[in-house]
Amino acid sequence: MRLTCTVNGSAQQVDDVWEGESLLYVLRERMGLPGSKNACEQGECGSCTVYLDGVPVCSCLVAAGQAEGRAIGTVEGMGSEETLHPVQQAFLDAGAVQCGFCTPGLLVATDDLVTRSLAAGAPPADAEIREALAGNLCRCTGYEKILDAVKLAAQRMAAPTTGAPR
Amino acid sequence: MSAPARTPAGAPGSLTGPGSSGGVGTDAARPDGTLKVRGEFAYGSDLWMEDMLWGTTLRSPHPYARIRSIDVGPALAVPGVRAVLTSDDVPGAKVYGLELADQPVLAVDVVRYQGEPVALVAADHPETARLAAARIVVDYEVWEPVTDARTALGHPRWNQVHDGTAQVTELSRESAHLHPEGNLVRHLKVRRGDPAPTADVVVVGEYEVGMQDQAFLGPESGLAVPAEDGGVELYVATQWLHVDQRQICAALGLAPEQVRLTLAGVGGAFGGREDLSMHVHACLLALRTGRPVKMSYNREESFFGHVHRHPATMRYEHGATRDGDLVYVRAAIYFDGGAYASSTPAVVGNGGTMGIGPYVVPNVHVDCFGAYTNNPPCGAMRGFGSVQTAFAYESQMDALAAELGMDPVELRCRNAMEQGSEAITGQVVDSPAPVVELLRRLEAMPLPEPAPDDLRHRPGGVSNTTHGEGVRRGVGYAVAYKNVGFSEGFDDYSTARVRLEVVGGEPTVTVHTAAAEVGQGLVTVEQQIARTELGVDRVVVAPKDTAVGSAGSTSASRQTYVTGGAVKAACEAVRARVLERAAGVTGRPAAQLRLFDGAVVGEGLELPLAEVLGDDAVEETLEWRHRPTEAIDPETGQGFAHVQYAFSAHRAVVDVDTELGLIKVVEMACTQDVGKAINPQAVVGQIQGGTAQGLGLAVMEEILIRDGRVQNPSFTDYLIPTILDMPPMRIEILEYADPHAPYGLRGVGEAPNISSGPAVLAAIRAATGLPLTRVPVRPEHITGV
Ligand code: FES
Ligand code: FES
Repeated sequence: MRLTCTVNGSAQQVDDVWEGESLLYVLRERMGLPGSKNACEQGECGSCTVYLDGVPVCSCLVAAGQAEGRAIGTVEGMGSEETLHPVQQAFLDAGAVQCGFCTPGLLVATDDLVTRSLAAGAPPADAEIREALAGNLCRCTGYEKILDAVKLAAQRMAAPTTGAPR
Repeated sequence: MSAPARTPAGAPGSLTGPGSSGGVGTDAARPDGTLKVRGEFAYGSDLWMEDMLWGTTLRSPHPYARIRSIDVGPALAVPGVRAVLTSDDVPGAKVYGLELADQPVLAVDVVRYQGEPVALVAADHPETARLAAARIVVDYEVWEPVTDARTALGHPRWNQVHDGTAQVTELSRESAHLHPEGNLVRHLKVRRGDPAPTADVVVVGEYEVGMQDQAFLGPESGLAVPAEDGGVELYVATQWLHVDQRQICAALGLAPEQVRLTLAGVGGAFGGREDLSMHVHACLLALRTGRPVKMSYNREESFFGHVHRHPATMRYEHGATRDGDLVYVRAAIYFDGGAYASSTPAVVGNGGTMGIGPYVVPNVHVDCFGAYTNNPPCGAMRGFGSVQTAFAYESQMDALAAELGMDPVELRCRNAMEQGSEAITGQVVDSPAPVVELLRRLEAMPLPEPAPDDLRHRPGGVSNTTHGEGVRRGVGYAVAYKNVGFSEGFDDYSTARVRLEVVGGEPTVTVHTAAAEVGQGLVTVEQQIARTELGVDRVVVAPKDTAVGSAGSTSASRQTYVTGGAVKAACEAVRARVLERAAGVTGRPAAQLRLFDGAVVGEGLELPLAEVLGDDAVEETLEWRHRPTEAIDPETGQGFAHVQYAFSAHRAVVDVDTELGLIKVVEMACTQDVGKAINPQAVVGQIQGGTAQGLGLAVMEEILIRDGRVQNPSFTDYLIPTILDMPPMRIEILEYADPHAPYGLRGVGEAPNISSGPAVLAAIRAATGLPLTRVPVRPEHITGV
């Protein structure tokens, strides 16, 4: 089957997709976007988290066909070579990246959480962060520095003027 | 199904990082950090080449069976299949292993555990390969598995605490041998002091630790590429490139020059990548098909594709004076090694020689056994033999304190090891051993407030299972010590190649080692050491490969010590040559010169390196070893077995819903002596991550085995801690230099993984008043139903 969708803002079309392939598989193996990870492929770890029409989903649980005509956002679409996204920078600064296999999924989940929280008027509280990220497993860090990173990102995203002058 | 097509994802390249800087002792940034947050870091599972095939493994569904026949015909008939291989296609040694070569590359006549690899398939699409593998017809004669370590050895089973200590008697009979030499992998004895001591107060306990999985997130994966010289290039996520190379060469019947390994990005390891997984398999398929072959396990296969932490059953007897001085410890420790040896001999070595904890005891009698069974093979996991015994010896210390009416911390401090103490091996502890200080500092930390009136802070969380009635708080302490580096006379070394040159006007150091970066941050440490030793900011970490000599394993908390030591020594050799040159140029003696900020400096002199080096590169490659250890006496367990010990202690605070058996860990506090924190942020990260894995084993993590079959090979059923399960942590780091180690540092990674679980268990016991002798603790252990 043919799949047409938008990934990180650019139109993508791939042919010969087999019905059983997941969105994760298509991103990784057919579109050359292996940033989203495949730690379980059963919806249990969150390492494959991507935006689907602006909502974070486990891409391993989304059949490729379900992505037809929709907009997908992956870690490759965050920030740029020169300027990292504030969430990416916060994960580095807080020391929240060890092996990094959980990181792409956590970055998407964190971006979603922080953006929603700030839109609602306040950075996320610890308990909210824990609840929002409970579906993202990390085996290396014990999560303390991930919590720090989310708070740091929220702080920086709430006060963007501390970044580059605009 | 057509072959996937996309832009190739390259093999790992050199790392420099974002112009970061920082020498030893700073929070220098990871050179791979930016790649990782951008999704561009190439893990083993991300590798891709034009024209590559996908390999898959057919595994045994039975824990123990004879293979009558294998028919690969139906698999070969599937369109898109390029090769199907069995043990007949293994050209070299049919068996491999880290310490004993006893594990078949592909099953030969008999399968000894569920999940043992039987055949391989390479195909254009992974799904085609899986489908074809399922069509291979294997005719098994199914045998009764041996699933208990003591039964395997013919030792009596314990039913209650007051049975005698296990002994090998004339009457007991081993189960039918799983291997020609019998079912005993190793029996370690420690005999010290009076063989029949008596004491005022005696406590006896039996303990059991379930099988834990490393559960690294990045699956076993790699890409094998056939080479023109008839050899193979393997890009793989692993822990020790050269031990892999040795085993792959043996299996393929190729020379080391023909089997070249490069480390792919590693998504965590924790011991689970010390043994081979898909390494030989991918090479066999690549050599057979003449095409690149990628193998990447899914999560279920990962549970079958690597060794686990040994489950243990342990019986301890502690005798003490009324005042609380330990008089004797007797211990019998059984590690279930599963079907193949892996690193069981060394696990037994650690379990036995450190099996009573960091305490001084005059009379000791330890028997530590490793046995073959038909359970999944067990081998290395962070804490390696010490995690299991720590649950037992620390539970015993608490039981003894209760019997004596003493405070548990007081009892520990009274018997604690210190510098100058003799370990039970007779080895004098010849560097700081601040066990008492670690415990006292924990005690002095404030305790957390009572849980707020918010269900998210209660056991059960938002499941809303309690309103606080029946919830009890408990506090528990535990302390750990663990050998750093390989022990018992192993030639434990690392190799480093360091080059200093001027590139584009900028002094640049390249560090090349084969030491596996698995997430811990060794690449950062290598840069930091080079910056400190050579006074140069720009340090490139070359890809980790077998083009340079062995670095030894990324395990046993040893890489910062041993590869760090090698990088430091190679830098010193480079520095000496550069200063010699500078002495020639300046006429000053080299001893009065040093390297700083990209220049040779001396009294009133600053000569840029560019002027000293010109277009020349100064390069040194050398092997570096820590001071030697020695084998222990086989009858008494005495000897200089270990090069260094790491010490940590934990205090756990838990809330337990005693009605439902649900546990909420409220806070973990940890103190650890790290000698010298080379990168404090990374040290804290190791403590936090190690704490989480120890907590996981205490309350949730277990591979459940029934009749040799794994019941829960998925993250749905094998639970690891989530961010909701992990409490806030308080951490204090001590830095008492070990005079024998580079910069005085101590290995960091394992100790906190050892003390955290026993502290959680102690806290649950304190909350419930129950004896709780088995981990992980399950709700039914608390509620009794
Ligand atoms: S890979 Fe999708 S949730 Fe784990
Ligand atoms: S950093 Fe390794 S899994 Fe999170």
